[in-house]
Amino acid sequence: MIRTTRKKYSLKAKEARLGWLFVLPALIGFSIFTFGAIIRSLYYSFTDWDLLTKPKFVGLKNYIDIFTNDKYFYQYMGNTLFFVITLVPIVLVFSLLLAVLINKKSKGLSSKIYRVILFLPSITSTIAVSMVWMWIFNPNMGLINNILGLFGLKGPNWLNDPSWAKPALVIMRVWQMSGYYMIMFLTGLQTIPGGLYEAAKIDGANKAQSFFRITIPMLANTTFAVVIMLVVEAFNMFESIFIMTSGGPLGSTSTMMYYIYEKSFIEYKMGYASALSWIFFIIIFIITLIQYKFRNEREGE
Amino acid sequence: MKEKVNNLKSNRHKFGMSYRNKTTNRIYHILMILLSIIMVYPFLWSLFSSFKPVSELYSGNPLNFIPQNPTIENYERLFEILPFDRMLLNSIFLSVVIPIGMIVVSSITAYALARLDFKGKNVIFILLIAVMMVPSHVTTIPNYKTIIDLNLTNSYWALFLTSVFTATNSFNIFFFRQYFLTIPKDLENAAVIDGCSKFRVFLQIIMPNSKPAIATTAILSFRSVWNQFLFPMLVISDYDKLPLTVGLKYLKEWEPNWAVLLAGSSLSIVPIVIIYLIFQKYFLQSNLTSGFGGT
Repeated sequence: MIRTTRKKYSLKAKEARLGWLFVLPALIGFSIFTFGAIIRSLYYSFTDWDLLTKPKFVGLKNYIDIFTNDKYFYQYMGNTLFFVITLVPIVLVFSLLLAVLINKKSKGLSSKIYRVILFLPSITSTIAVSMVWMWIFNPNMGLINNILGLFGLKGPNWLNDPSWAKPALVIMRVWQMSGYYMIMFLTGLQTIPGGLYEAAKIDGANKAQSFFRITIPMLANTTFAVVIMLVVEAFNMFESIFIMTSGGPLGSTSTMMYYIYEKSFIEYKMGYASALSWIFFIIIFIITLIQYKFRNEREGE
Repeated sequence: MKEKVNNLKSNRHKFGMSYRNKTTNRIYHILMILLSIIMVYPFLWSLFSSFKPVSELYSGNPLNFIPQNPTIENYERLFEILPFDRMLLNSIFLSVVIPIGMIVVSSITAYALARLDFKGKNVIFILLIAVMMVPSHVTTIPNYKTIIDLNLTNSYWALFLTSVFTATNSFNIFFFRQYFLTIPKDLENAAVIDGCSKFRVFLQIIMPNSKPAIATTAILSFRSVWNQFLFPMLVISDYDKLPLTVGLKYLKEWEPNWAVLLAGSSLSIVPIVIIYLIFQKYFLQSNLTSGFGGT
């Protein structure tokens, strides 16, 4: 009796040891590069630091400066919100549309080919794709203005024009992002039982009615997941801007991510940049929370 | 007689339907082909333009798809400016080795969290999940400093460590753990009775039964490493060590000739497209499982 409990006890201890042994590498690594990094970033945000000398503690100064004394913060936050407000609904509608079209004939070779092709832009690196699109948007030699020229239209200067640079980036991002979310919607669509549509048809519902009364409500969960991911992705726009506009012309396409990069790795104001990162993180976090709350309330109804 | 008429009527009805179906079918395919062209055209256009001589690219009609006098001078110039062949190998090397590291660390951690009983397990799990929400821009500055302090600038260790021990991989831990929980315990118990150690159970039973999860993580990690840009740009300065994405950035800064830039972009797009076409099934699936998609 005693022996078995002891054996059991030692087995348990052995399992615990093994468990710790297995998580140890991750625990050490994450302590340095994630947990530790988060805490240090928070600390840096209260300092004045140029990376070379020691960080100097300045309390809330960075945060106060950002909110009261930094016109770029508001301008670039506005740009970021512009990208979120345009990209999220456009990509949402476009990717849902693509998914519905593909789902119409989900079997057969042609549908498979369409699926592979529509997903293609989302696997290539944003850097390479941005280079290609810079040339596409070239006012004289680019694809878009030459196609517009065929119809006798004169295209704008796109990336060189403060009022057209943003729409140009939105076009490129919609093109690049939609395939990914299309696949997510497609999975959602394939879980809707076909019987629902037949029943609606017998009841005399037309296609539009069954789309709005069956498809949309049945996709609620997928749509929620897509929106959460899309919002974060739209907020984090950086690489396309880095390559295509460098935040210009006249700061019209600079986003928060680009601003943080500029402050930290061009101006070497590491403390200020850390404070910006935390403000930006908290804004995204609050918006995500609001989305969850909004969904829970709707589910309560 | 009446029956015949009815038959005819229904037949005509059928013909009408199929005719209508055919038209909608045709419209459907035209629309889909149009969309497909929009999605592929930029790639093909860039690829074909990269074989145009400079004069043709700048003064020819951009809508001419096929180069009139194809040339490889743009590619020759490309390799003169930067070691693009080397960078291509670097990108491939990094996108294979780093994901392997990510999978080894995340799967063994996930196994302990899913199947072994030890104190503090839940706290560790919650901590690892919580950091998934922290965006990478928060950790970039401190990690850059850490890499400098560890003297790892210009070393692939910098990229390896910051990929394996940050939020992307904590998602993999979460993903593997959820997957391991669905594997029936009986499978393991039989092996344990046979005297297998837990580590061997993990290697010989859990991992072989998790191939779909491994494929998903491998593809997602491959994609994220292949597209990595900011951190490699910050910590790697040797041109021979750069991945393609960062190489393109330098190319863009130094080379004013767009024919060469398009050659560089094409060279970095084509390999991943080939890999994608070979493994497209897994790419499309990995998206489904990762995005919390489904219902």
